[in-house]
Amino acid sequence: MDRFDTKVQYLKYSVLKEVARHAWDDTLWESIVDIPKDIVPGRTPTMRCCVYKERAILAERVKLATGGDKRNPNVIEVIDIACDDCPAGGYEITNACRGCLAHRCMDACKKGAITLDHNQKAHIDKSKCVECGMCAKVCPYSAIINSKRPCQNSCKVKAISMSEEKAAKIDNDKCIACGACVYQCPFGAISDKSFILNVIDIIKKSCGNEKYKVYAVVAPSIAGQFSYVTPGKVIAGIKKLGFFSIVEAALGADMVALNEAKELAEKGFLTSSCCPAFVKYIETQFPTLKANISSNLSPMATIAKYIKSTDPTAKIIFIGPCTAKKAEFQKKEVRPYIDSVITFEELQALFDSKDIDLKSLEDEVLDNASYYGRIFARSGGLSDAVRQGLVENGITDFEYKPVVCDGIEQCRMALLKAAKNIPDGNFIEGMACISGCIGGAGCLTHGEKNRRDVDKYGMEAYEKTITDALSVLPGADKQ
Amino acid sequence: MVKVTVCIGSSCHLKGSRQLVERFQYLIKENKKDEQIELAGAFCMGKCASDGVSVTVDGDYFAVKPENADDFFRKQVLVRVGK
Repeated sequence: MDRFDTKVQYLKYSVLKEVARHAWDDTLWESIVDIPKDIVPGRTPTMRCCVYKERAILAERVKLATGGDKRNPNVIEVIDIACDDCPAGGYEITNACRGCLAHRCMDACKKGAITLDHNQKAHIDKSKCVECGMCAKVCPYSAIINSKRPCQNSCKVKAISMSEEKAAKIDNDKCIACGACVYQCPFGAISDKSFILNVIDIIKKSCGNEKYKVYAVVAPSIAGQFSYVTPGKVIAGIKKLGFFSIVEAALGADMVALNEAKELAEKGFLTSSCCPAFVKYIETQFPTLKANISSNLSPMATIAKYIKSTDPTAKIIFIGPCTAKKAEFQKKEVRPYIDSVITFEELQALFDSKDIDLKSLEDEVLDNASYYGRIFARSGGLSDAVRQGLVENGITDFEYKPVVCDGIEQCRMALLKAAKNIPDGNFIEGMACISGCIGGAGCLTHGEKNRRDVDKYGMEAYEKTITDALSVLPGADKQ
Repeated sequence: MVKVTVCIGSSCHLKGSRQLVERFQYLIKENKKDEQIELAGAFCMGKCASDGVSVTVDGDYFAVKPENADDFFRKQVLVRVGK
């Protein structure tokens, strides 16, 4: 449990692990209905009203772990029966209201929505309230709270509303699959679909990498994850799962940084294309800016394309922090290069489904990329890398003004300005998750420490410049 | 066409794949063999423990240290050109 931030993640992991364990053993279909009872045995409920509801929800989690609802194109799904129908009443006055004399709340409310009863206690007239929150700000007793659903609160692109049954509902056209709601829902009622079964199938059918070779492309945000062991042991663990070789997605990031710098200097204004959630946000909400999206594939797809140029029958699985990558790899321009996507959360479940004890493994190395490719994992890193890309391309007559957008709300502000032709700079680095990829919903742990870990991991790279990291790639210039 | 494939997986990278690739690229140009020698990369050849960077020449395996690049190129690669 201490390997995760929350008990919700742990529960999801437990389901993934059981599903994977049976899949390796080829016993999944005969035991699939027993998995909920294996996870919640006995008669005493620990999470919900009764064990039967717990098991019913677990059955839904098993469905998600095996690929989810095939009719729903979104990789993020609501488990209706797990949704607790949280109150969503907006600003409300609680018992902490003392009926004071000052009534700052009344003065602060410009809409006249606050009235007082015979005990001088405040009440909000919901027909007048505009949910501005001024009353809550000024109350000296903090007696006014905003009851907003955590999912709706986390979804800054406003894709979540309430269904007629009061459960959360996702608007697939607006959803960017960033997974913020997945991480924030305290009941675990929203989840990303899992492709672990495809991954297990790909590994098994390779017959020990004889029929074809299975490569893992690992995101640089892995620094800071699995912190209970050395990174070398995680790499050894991935090999032990049956992967032939592990390559850093950060090497793809190096390639992107160099090309993106060139493209920026040519076009004069660009938005980044690494974060699939940010790209979908532009495509759906700011279609006029579509032409400004960098024409580079994401680092994941870029390195996978190169690997397939060296080994055309290769199967490539991306392992990262990101739920939106699960949508990205299904796009027609990425599909030829990436065969499946899993998260760090799912990687942990795969390790444990095979009883791989990471601590007991000999360290292996992972070293392909430069410092700059590696720091893509955190907010600001991509902008630093493009700056370096300009230098290494010998472009000196271009005044570089990056706008670092940390989280989708900052992205929105920058895009609104760009759409009105008053951008704050000439390169918009858009990361949907706060802190960048290290804030991704598929991370095991989140926190300030992860940023330091990424920087440290960057400094440890064998190659110090982008050009050096790329000059090991014969033929990369012909890509 | 002689195909020289250099392992650029992590282990070999740390043993000097880049130096080797850069040297081979230089030697191919210097000997004007661009048309006869193709240089390629591979992410791992499964021989991470070998003493040197894994290299194959038309499928034959060698472990090459970057400091021996010139010697190797002359003895194992150039001799195959034109055969």
